[in-house]
Amino acid sequence: MLTLRIIPCLDVDAGRVVKGVKFQGLRDAGDPVELARRYEAEGADELCLLDVSATHEARANAADTVARVRAVLGIPLTVGGGVRTLDDARRLLAAGADKVAVNSAASLRPALLTEIADTLGAQCCVLALDAARRLGVEPDNREAFEVEPNNRASFEVLTHGGRVRTGVSAVDWARRATELGAGEVLLSSVDHDGTGAGFDLALLRAVRAVTRVPLIASGGAGAGDDAARHCALAFEAGADAVLAATLFHFGGRTPDALKRELRELARASATSLPVRLGADA
Amino acid sequence: MTLAIVSTGLANIASVRAAFLRLGAEPALTDSARLVRDADAVVLPGVGALGPALARLRARDAEGDSLADALMARVAAGRPTLAICLGLQLLCTGSDEAPGVPALASADVHVARLDAAPSLPHFGWNEVVPTAASTLVRRGHAYFAHSYGAATAPRGFEVAWTVHGAPFVAAFEQGALLACQFHPELSGTYGAELLRRWLVRAPVAIGGARC
Repeated sequence: MLTLRIIPCLDVDAGRVVKGVKFQGLRDAGDPVELARRYEAEGADELCLLDVSATHEARANAADTVARVRAVLGIPLTVGGGVRTLDDARRLLAAGADKVAVNSAASLRPALLTEIADTLGAQCCVLALDAARRLGVEPDNREAFEVEPNNRASFEVLTHGGRVRTGVSAVDWARRATELGAGEVLLSSVDHDGTGAGFDLALLRAVRAVTRVPLIASGGAGAGDDAARHCALAFEAGADAVLAATLFHFGGRTPDALKRELRELARASATSLPVRLGADA
Repeated sequence: MTLAIVSTGLANIASVRAAFLRLGAEPALTDSARLVRDADAVVLPGVGALGPALARLRARDAEGDSLADALMARVAAGRPTLAICLGLQLLCTGSDEAPGVPALASADVHVARLDAAPSLPHFGWNEVVPTAASTLVRRGHAYFAHSYGAATAPRGFEVAWTVHGAPFVAAFEQGALLACQFHPELSGTYGAELLRRWLVRAPVAIGGARC
């Protein structure tokens, strides 16, 4: 049976992991290579590396960071951030990425997804979709909110790191992008990101309903005691994988520890949450 | 004592190369049919589309040779060869992905779209269950990334299975020939150990010592 995936995310700026991993006082905590090695050993199913470099010079280091991570990493590596052209994608794959995540550039020019899928394969073409509830929509009115077809119009696509609201329906864009060639959707809730309040389940369900490609849920896992329960709810809502940063950087949990909690939750509620423990290998 | 990775420019081979480097092997990348014939061990990786990959493999070089002919000769002779993902599908008779296009037909099975799959592409870690006579492939979780697969066992090979909606071939092997639908180079410790067993069976130097 296909297992549910747990994907740690490394935000990298100029070759160093940011989001304050350094604050934890780990040795070499800011080195993506060391973290990649550690997360694989601790049961990560994949790794996601997002280049958040603010400057052009720092971005030029991305391929070098990917190559250094690839040298030690024996699990799949998705790389995103600043992928604007087919050549950008090709360069990252040549450096050692297995998939590239395309965000703003695909919104601006959807044909980029088709170019990547046709040339390099749909299996390496990930749509990174940042979505938020449309302003004015009442998030408190959950019951009404989750009723179709209200959902379709209720989420909009954000680009440029969440700074630009496009007005485009996130659900429509997910469907169109997978028709154009995206083989996977990394779905981030801008509203829930960093809150630890759990994933946006209405958003997950709405996107799940329009596409068959694997769905990675991001934004809201948190680092608290509820993290495993949040992940379980995301899987029940149709996610195939969850992506988290804070949980692993700050939460003191390893991917394997999270998976053991998921197994316990599944046992207690007699549901199915199949996971692979890295330690079983 | 050479290990060659077939590199046609269409497939991403960085992960495969890195996996062998971690095992102490020194793979050479090649698109030369002669090298593929002569190498002690050959890896046929594959991501991307089947049709363009077959066209590349069948292209004739200045000597009238092709990668396709070289690979078929290796497999027929039972020489150490590892096919990964699309590489496995290239060794079959053909695929729904490119109807009517004959593949290398080293294994007598057709590759079909995984229409019974609850999600597609089949992305992620799934359990590989080998039949009793398998010697290279063991039971464990491996990483898959594909939309097509072989639903029946090819004759003359020991097969390992996995299930995603319906059962399909996860790997087949015979002697030093190994074809994996999953990606051993991305399957963590499970994959690294499989690659090591295959290298040991093939006469390839690891870390300076002949295995």
